[in-house]
Amino acid sequence: MKQNKFVIKQISVFSENKPGRLAAIARALQEEEINILAFSIAEADGFGVVRALVDKPKKAHEKLGGLGFNVAFTDVIAVQMKDEPGGLYETARILGEGKINIEYAYAYSGKEGAVLILRVDNVEAAISAIQKGGGTLLESSLFQ
Amino acid sequence: MFWDEKTETLPKRDLERLQLKRLKKTLSQVQNVEFYRKRLHEAQVKPGDIRTLADIQKIPFTRKQDLRDGYPFGFFAVPIHEVVRIHTTSGTTGKPTVVGYTRNDLNTWAHLIARNMTMVGLTDQDIFQNMVNYGMFTGGLGFHYGAEKVGMTVIPSATGNTRRQIEMIQDFGVTAVHCTPSYAMHLAEVAEEMGANLESLNTGLFGAEPWSDSMRAELEKKLGVTAFDSYGLSELFGPGVAFECPERDGLHIWHDCYLVEIIDPATGEVLGDGERGELVVTPLVKEAMPLLRYRTGDITMQIEDDCLCGRAKKIARITGRSDDMLVIRGINVFPSQIEHVLLRIPEVGNQFMVYVDRINHLDEMTIDVEINRDYFSGELQDLARIQKKVVKELHDTLELRTTVKLVEPGSLPRFEGKAKRVIDRRSEM
Repeated sequence: MKQNKFVIKQISVFSENKPGRLAAIARALQEEEINILAFSIAEADGFGVVRALVDKPKKAHEKLGGLGFNVAFTDVIAVQMKDEPGGLYETARILGEGKINIEYAYAYSGKEGAVLILRVDNVEAAISAIQKGGGTLLESSLFQ
Repeated sequence: MFWDEKTETLPKRDLERLQLKRLKKTLSQVQNVEFYRKRLHEAQVKPGDIRTLADIQKIPFTRKQDLRDGYPFGFFAVPIHEVVRIHTTSGTTGKPTVVGYTRNDLNTWAHLIARNMTMVGLTDQDIFQNMVNYGMFTGGLGFHYGAEKVGMTVIPSATGNTRRQIEMIQDFGVTAVHCTPSYAMHLAEVAEEMGANLESLNTGLFGAEPWSDSMRAELEKKLGVTAFDSYGLSELFGPGVAFECPERDGLHIWHDCYLVEIIDPATGEVLGDGERGELVVTPLVKEAMPLLRYRTGDITMQIEDDCLCGRAKKIARITGRSDDMLVIRGINVFPSQIEHVLLRIPEVGNQFMVYVDRINHLDEMTIDVEINRDYFSGELQDLARIQKKVVKELHDTLELRTTVKLVEPGSLPRFEGKAKRVIDRRSEM
């Protein structure tokens, strides 16, 4: 897949579900002065994956890997939403009409408005469907 | 290669004659032990009653607990001044078991180890690093004297400081090592981390805990050795009781020194060839501490066919201990079976911990296993798929539903001595 300016590198960290694991990850990122822009935790049976958008993903990968964490990069995309009632609907409608299957998503609302982070099975197809449907994608350079 | 070809390949009839002669001698030897005088009297067995090898079945078993009750010197059949060495058995509950050796015993034992080491192809050209405890554990001094008997260059490195162990292997050009299989795995991991080359190694002798054939493949790949299984227990001198030959298809137990029976651990009934049960051994050449029908607690079977190497009948590799055996919802489970399954699954590591609980009157087995760093995709669903796969593979082998917990790489305990991977919490309730 050729590098697309809309493809953002999310870091995914394997973590056992026990007290102190998130703190250990967050402290490691703080030590490297890495800023977390958005994050979520997905939990399964006794373990989970901490997903984060950070400003320095490579550095985060190195630091966490060096501490023994199991880290992987995952490609995600970010869609700009209106931070007002109906904002999510408008974005979700575009995705649905574009027949984009969402594996998971998480959102944040910041100064520039609300942003929906999406993990989809086919990133390229999703990007063109969102653009065709009139949605606004955020470039990775905005984050990283 | 043979250390003592004549003895190792005695024809069946000669062997049985020798065994009977030695059994009779052992029976007279135990008359010096109060425990046996009483025990045989109670069972109404007189030394003259043992006319054939089969007559041994008239004699009651000796159990580990009997030896503990005899602490410290209750089983010595010679005056203490004739005992030149004492060892004790490794970590069990309560008092340790004491074993003693006369000068002849130490010599006999060293010769047995020399037989084993020669059988696997080691010679006086080899440089041998002995990476086990040199204290009360029999594995250290036992192998040490056997290797010296062969004429090897022996490095008594003992345990611990794995980086130093690796440096010595490199600097001294070590060709053969002896340690527990779990320590060997740890050594391989540390060598990998260090980026250390262990190209001088070609033979690995691993024992003191059961290990599977897939673990053998793993160790051979990682360390570049041919791996041989070593079996023994302190009550029967220590290591060297039985060993694999280059065929590596079962253990040669030295029939001129150890009379073998396999019994059903529950009923005591003697089992035939090919039937799995508890190994019972009557040592035939021990002076300081003769034993009769000693229940080893180890699970194996006698293999019917003779070995191609020319030595007599083998026993199967040990698949567990009759007291390690877990009974989960009525099904017998050996930790070695779990290990065997995990080694087949590349997505997870080789270390594991087993927890057994009783929840709502049902036994529940939980297995912690490390995810393999290289197989983490970042996706939760892939992890769930790996977890399911482990549950399924365990179910296929154990015929038992288990709970599998994926844990972070490197987070499970590593064992340098005997591995303690099972925590049974059922009695706590």
